[in-house]
Amino acid sequence: MRRAILAIIATAAGIVALLSFKTHSAERTVVPPTPTASLPPGERAIAGNVANTVYGPVQIQLVVDASKIVKVNILEQPSSTQEDMQIGQYALPRLIAETLTAQSARIDAVSGATYTSNGYIQSLQSALDNGA
Amino acid sequence: MDAATVRVRHAEHVMGTVVSFDVPVSARHDGSLDAAIRLLHWTDRVFSPYRADSDVSLLARAEVTVDGCAPEVAEVLTGCAFVRELSGGYFTAEPGGRLDPSGYVKGWVIERAAALLSHAGSADHLVNGGGDVQCAGGRGPGQPWRVGVADPLRPGHLALVVAARDCAVATSGTAERGAHIIDPHTGLPPAGLASITMVGPSLTLADAYATAAFAMGPARARAWTESLDGYEAFAITDSGDTWQTSAFAPHIAPA
Repeated sequence: MRRAILAIIATAAGIVALLSFKTHSAERTVVPPTPTASLPPGERAIAGNVANTVYGPVQIQLVVDASKIVKVNILEQPSSTQEDMQIGQYALPRLIAETLTAQSARIDAVSGATYTSNGYIQSLQSALDNGA
Repeated sequence: MDAATVRVRHAEHVMGTVVSFDVPVSARHDGSLDAAIRLLHWTDRVFSPYRADSDVSLLARAEVTVDGCAPEVAEVLTGCAFVRELSGGYFTAEPGGRLDPSGYVKGWVIERAAALLSHAGSADHLVNGGGDVQCAGGRGPGQPWRVGVADPLRPGHLALVVAARDCAVATSGTAERGAHIIDPHTGLPPAGLASITMVGPSLTLADAYATAAFAMGPARARAWTESLDGYEAFAITDSGDTWQTSAFAPHIAPA
């Protein structure tokens, strides 16, 4: 479980880092974390470390039920440019959805149309290889 | 946890894609994982049409004959000819008129990498070459591997899960790289299928069959895949309809 948590945070940071190498301003969106008190019994929230990417800081919060990730919240993400919006609206949600899908289906591998090296970064298989 | 149950995952960037390994830790210690990785890179050097000095590029430019190439080149070309014949010309080693057996080589080398691990003593492993899987044994005692089939119409979601043991799962489609498969009879990308998945013992054949069936389009692919011995198909059409060959159902894992 610990491995999965570390992996999803590392993968998310990796995606953001891959999307661009240019520097830019530090404008960002910060969402307050889900307070533990508002969670259903048995669930707890764990905030990942802030990953400092070339785009700016990214932070993820996991909601965990026993040994399973039940929800992933993005606490902080860059938001000043068009690319930032794409990361927030496309890449991070897709990564999160795929990690949850992989976990809930208890799969070991994914068969699909052949991905390129770059496509792999956003693939379910990459989430699995990172310990989802 | 004893040594037999400790597992290693490794992702190797090679052949323009990523090959993922799920192997027992013994495969790292006895060198067979490294040997399998070296096999992938060697195959890329010999067969890549993107490397000017590969055997396949030299052969395509008629600068060598097959006899002057690594012996595996002749083996691959013989295999391509077999599938071309069996598929009525829907599979070819010369897509676009130039020698490029890549559509056969990837499945072939992933199957060889998995066999190499078996020969070194691994009973349970899975090798995924960019979406085409060959596995041995299962994910645990009495449990088959669970191989998700990507839903090409809903990125990030699965269409179904295959319960796989000592078999291959290969999928052809346009979801990741666009319309890269051409119907050799028309020279155009085929219409009608979003993806087709083949399950059977050999990834070499499952992968080549999936490519051929995709090129056929839905109606011809359905009849042809039904006729194949030992291989079953699951297809998703452009409109989201699905069909499967008559003996595919036993391969579907419970949710």
